[in-house]
Amino acid sequence: MAVLTCRAAISGATGEDHTVQPQEVQPVQLLTPDGKLAENEVYGPFIAELSAEKLRELYRYMAMERRLDAEATSLQRQGQLALWAPALGQEAAQVGTIAAIKSSDMVFPTYREHAMALYRGISPEELLTMFRATRHTGWDPRDHNFHVYTLVLAAQTLHAAGWAMGINQDLRMGSVPRDRAEDEIVVACIGDGATSQGDVHESMVFASSYELPLLYFIQNNHWAISVPTRTQSRGPLVNRAQGYGFEGVRVDGNDVLASYAVATKLSDEIRAGKGPKLIESVTYRMGAHTTADDPTKYRSSEEVELWEGRDPIRRYRSWLSSADHADESFFAEVDAEYKDLAADMRRSVLAMEPIDLERVFDTVYSEPHRQVETEKAWLKDYEAGFAEDQTEAGTAR
Amino acid sequence: MSAIKEMVMAKAITAALRDELAADQKTLLIGEDIGALGGVFRVTEGLQAEFGTHRVIDSPLAESGIVGTCIGMAMRGYRPVAEIQFDGFVFPAFNQITTQLAKMHNRTDGNIKVPVTIRLPYGGHIGSIEHHSESPEALFAHTAGLRILAPSNPQDAYWMTRQAIVSDDPVIILEPKRRYWLKGKVDLENPAPDAFRAQVLRAGTDATIATYGPLVPVALAAAEAARAENRSIEVVDIRSISPLDDETIARSAAKTQRLIVAHEAPTFGGIGGEIAARVAERAHHRLLSPVLRVGGFHMPYPPSAQEHRYLPDIDRMLEAVDRSFSYQRSA
Repeated sequence: MAVLTCRAAISGATGEDHTVQPQEVQPVQLLTPDGKLAENEVYGPFIAELSAEKLRELYRYMAMERRLDAEATSLQRQGQLALWAPALGQEAAQVGTIAAIKSSDMVFPTYREHAMALYRGISPEELLTMFRATRHTGWDPRDHNFHVYTLVLAAQTLHAAGWAMGINQDLRMGSVPRDRAEDEIVVACIGDGATSQGDVHESMVFASSYELPLLYFIQNNHWAISVPTRTQSRGPLVNRAQGYGFEGVRVDGNDVLASYAVATKLSDEIRAGKGPKLIESVTYRMGAHTTADDPTKYRSSEEVELWEGRDPIRRYRSWLSSADHADESFFAEVDAEYKDLAADMRRSVLAMEPIDLERVFDTVYSEPHRQVETEKAWLKDYEAGFAEDQTEAGTAR
Repeated sequence: MSAIKEMVMAKAITAALRDELAADQKTLLIGEDIGALGGVFRVTEGLQAEFGTHRVIDSPLAESGIVGTCIGMAMRGYRPVAEIQFDGFVFPAFNQITTQLAKMHNRTDGNIKVPVTIRLPYGGHIGSIEHHSESPEALFAHTAGLRILAPSNPQDAYWMTRQAIVSDDPVIILEPKRRYWLKGKVDLENPAPDAFRAQVLRAGTDATIATYGPLVPVALAAAEAARAENRSIEVVDIRSISPLDDETIARSAAKTQRLIVAHEAPTFGGIGGEIAARVAERAHHRLLSPVLRVGGFHMPYPPSAQEHRYLPDIDRMLEAVDRSFSYQRSA
């Protein structure tokens, strides 16, 4: 329906279609949907280098995200979280990509990069803090090289560009900080919906003009809440990179090995000084946009079933087994481990203490501000008045 | 050698930028046309030649991009100073300023500082076309997390610019375009008073005019004109809009017992109303008349052929003084 509306708008009054037909791009795929590893001269070698241990680690993080997601959804349903944005179905896209970059590379996420956050060592409890609304964020970006979640779509793509300008500036001044590397890069995450935001355009202009070491990671999960990708773009989003003068690669985001290989190749090239690159990771949001959403109102069950057939975790597990990289005991162990993780997560979420409003006052500015101080002092006096009333009432009794 | 120099406000700002660029390698300038051209007002003239294209950066023509990348650079330890070419062109960056820059320190629980300075040439009376004469300060003052300064003379412009850059908080400096060529003495060794406090510029006993930026010289001239009518007007230069030094303003109002607040921005929903409320809370029993506001009208900034009727001038300020004296306090 939305597609038809869009076409009608493009065709205009004459009803003729004067637009150029978008060029289709086949995504890079290494693992077939039935779990077979395909030959690929360009990307295959990146997988051949991976140890069995690393391969199992990819699976671990995908499974961890899925378990966390299920638990978070039920916590929200029970009123323990204000909101939850599931990443169900996007585990391979996220884990494959973050595993391909260095831990010193700064990542600017949207609000759905849970698997990436877990991979960077952010705990489930820290991850859920914002969603319980006890604090705006649960982690210090400096501890994980992982910025806080940004809800104003695409604003972070400019922060990523600025961070990358800082990298180039460090190199020019010969003042690369000790905890950083000469070949550091930045990753800016966005969804298909956010690609329509003007900030993405401005970020790509800056990245291209200043040849920034910046990797754009677009997860095209097909739906921006209720609106299909077709409303954001007629052609594959990957083609946009060309317009800015840099390379883009489209990858099967439900294939963790392809996601890893493509991100490794592109980030190596960025590290070598070749400027920004873009990945369009084609995946699917198997769950709702958030727990406040009802996807049955805008998409068919046939479509959802089709993508369930392309489940990234099942596909990868099947290959791990058939290629003898993991046996049943490994999967049983992972399942048991995440059952514990879910229970721990539930306990820690229920125990979360909200931030003090005093702390909120104290962090509005980093230096004293007359109005903030006055209002903070007023609130203290005001609330102390209630405490006195209670004491008096107690004495009277 | 004397460190006191006479210079116009634009060049006082240039001097402040030069001194901060020299003092800290992490300080960078970024904006549209600020390099070879030196900015459309020539405030950055010569700085790119002196400090290089990578410290005085010509940006793409994208205001959201300028502020957004400043945030990223600041997160990495730089002190970017952005120039927005004109007041009316700050709005493409409004989202980055209000939802990102202003909130970053707070939403990261104080872990991330974003010491970004935004230079914003603002205000009217320059005979320009639309979007070149606006006063958007109230829109930013309403946003917690931003500091907003409004210098009215070269000495303040020099020191406020330096204080803004070294502040760990984001600061917007409203540079009054029509006063860029106003001359004044700048003491390059002895700092002006705290940038975030108001200052009594002229002592008086009968009424106070409090204002900031481009209208300060107008208020001083109005006070001089009132002297001919044997009225002694005190003039307070507000200087900082956020934080607002309501203490100094209220003290002056309590002393003279009459207060007029003036700004070019529309009075409706403006800074003058905020000051009126705060002064009423602190000193209503001392006031002989309500706080009166002199400002722009509730309309988009008019074509400049009519700006003389829109902008507060000496007569509009004196009319408000007369009106203030016309109130009779009932027993």
